[in-house]
Amino acid sequence: MVYDSATAVETDTIIRTENTSIYYGDFKAVSGVNLDIYRNKVTAFIGPSGCGKSTVLRCFNRTNDLIPGCRVEGRVTFHGEDLYSKDIDPVQVRRRIGMVFQKPNPFPKSVYDNIAYGARINRYPGNMDELVERSLRRASLWDDVKDKLQASGLSLSGGQQQRLCIARAIAVEPEVVLMDEPCSALDPISTLKIEELMNDLKQLYTIIIVTHNMQQATRVADYTAFYNAQEAKGGKMGYLVEVLPTDELFNNPKEQSTKDYVTGRFG
Amino acid sequence: MSSFAGESQRFTKQMISKRNSPERIADQGFFWLTLVMAASVALLLIWIGLQIFTAAFPAISTYGLGFLTSTTWNPVSNVYGLLPQIYGTLVSALVALLIAVPLGVGVAVFLSEDFIPYTLRDAISMGIELIAAIPSVVLGLWGIFVFVPFMRPFYTFLNSTLGWIPLFAGSPRGFSLLTLSLVLSVMIMPIIISISRGTLNQLPPELRLGAMALGATRWETILRVLIPAGLSGIIGSVMLALGRAMGETMVAAMLVGNANRLSASLLDPGSTIASLIASQFAEAGRVQVQVLMYAGLVLMFMTLVINIVAEMIIKKFQNIE
Repeated sequence: MVYDSATAVETDTIIRTENTSIYYGDFKAVSGVNLDIYRNKVTAFIGPSGCGKSTVLRCFNRTNDLIPGCRVEGRVTFHGEDLYSKDIDPVQVRRRIGMVFQKPNPFPKSVYDNIAYGARINRYPGNMDELVERSLRRASLWDDVKDKLQASGLSLSGGQQQRLCIARAIAVEPEVVLMDEPCSALDPISTLKIEELMNDLKQLYTIIIVTHNMQQATRVADYTAFYNAQEAKGGKMGYLVEVLPTDELFNNPKEQSTKDYVTGRFG
Repeated sequence: MSSFAGESQRFTKQMISKRNSPERIADQGFFWLTLVMAASVALLLIWIGLQIFTAAFPAISTYGLGFLTSTTWNPVSNVYGLLPQIYGTLVSALVALLIAVPLGVGVAVFLSEDFIPYTLRDAISMGIELIAAIPSVVLGLWGIFVFVPFMRPFYTFLNSTLGWIPLFAGSPRGFSLLTLSLVLSVMIMPIIISISRGTLNQLPPELRLGAMALGATRWETILRVLIPAGLSGIIGSVMLALGRAMGETMVAAMLVGNANRLSASLLDPGSTIASLIASQFAEAGRVQVQVLMYAGLVLMFMTLVINIVAEMIIKKFQNIE
């Protein structure tokens, strides 16, 4: 990435963490993360289990708020605005920063209503049928379900359910879509479809994906952040080792631990 | 290699001989035992139904279906009609539901959210289950000596301000359909709360997360995702409560006033099928017993229909899930 000026870099950063630490009660789960997420790019978080990559992801749309005792220190900014400042409504944050989970979790409603749900709670003023079709097309699910929009979302296959969840997330028109290991419950063909989808979606959205699968990171991500964990009081404490353009992280990392991890020496 | 094959052969032989072992016989015996148990329950149900039908048959052939639409009840001249009781049964149960469903579902939602600490929630639901454990005759006594005097001023007020609505017209009485409905709602609320709460608690947490991640507030999550997802359980609890309310006898006999009257006003005394049977069987003559059996058959049929409708509704909603 070559930028013309410092301002270009500034406007391209959509989410930034500054010395962000995340606690569960007294236990420090993630320590001192400094990270920039760039607009319309796919950023992958990789690292061994317990390194806090999912925890960091969830703090971007304040889903961690739902866990009792969870606390964020340092700053997390979205367009320069502190997401954890007192006057920020977490509900509004989640409307701008959507999320797709590890296990597909469609609502027990029809395919149509799954998509329309988010739009309805946001009082979407436009044509609902068009929105549903557009969202399903963007999630490349339209051809699979166009004849069964009134069928239950749960009647779809696992891969289709996950694409339905992606369509549901983008129907709210967020700017960022967080994906927490979205393919770990899917077969290889469905996984491939979702990966292709991510390449299309980054034209419109910024995507952050947590993955256990390093090949997946090399296939989909423009940037990759490597997290590691160290033993600490009360369990493992995660920290960010480095974030680089994906090619560079896998082929020419700066840190030895990154090199050890991506070459399969641990993790 | 050959010794390995021999091993596996011996293993197979063991498996075959095991099929006639005492364990196997006990296993089959267990199947027959449970089959007999299940069959005896089904037979019991059929037997009771047949007995009641036989006992009621003379009344059925004498009074026919006109029994259901006639309003006279005169044991002296052997003229019988059940319409006031059918009306009282349905209306008191429905009014009880009208009160108990919103309250019950509301309490269930409150107890399944994390508004208050878990231990406190558990204490509250234990208290609710204790309400269900109150014997109905005790509730009836409480109704007669505490609740009815307590409610009287309220009934008078209701009658004087809303008396122009037929539901609250007439001269207000303490022992009335409304009193019965209110006490019934107390009795059936625990059923609605505990089943609805159980249903809501068992919903997968991913549903809540999914809704929250779309920017839904807590209320939007509860009203548009969690309650619809748990609707089959909630409707099931309501139907169970309805059946309980329609069949409730002691409270009805003690509080409804036992008047053979068909009145639109909830403030008038009335009677239900169960209260009619309970208050009349002791002094009933031969024909009257047959008629009461007929009335019991009608009540059984009504609750049967409720149960079938409940099953159908639950199935319909489960298909969506």
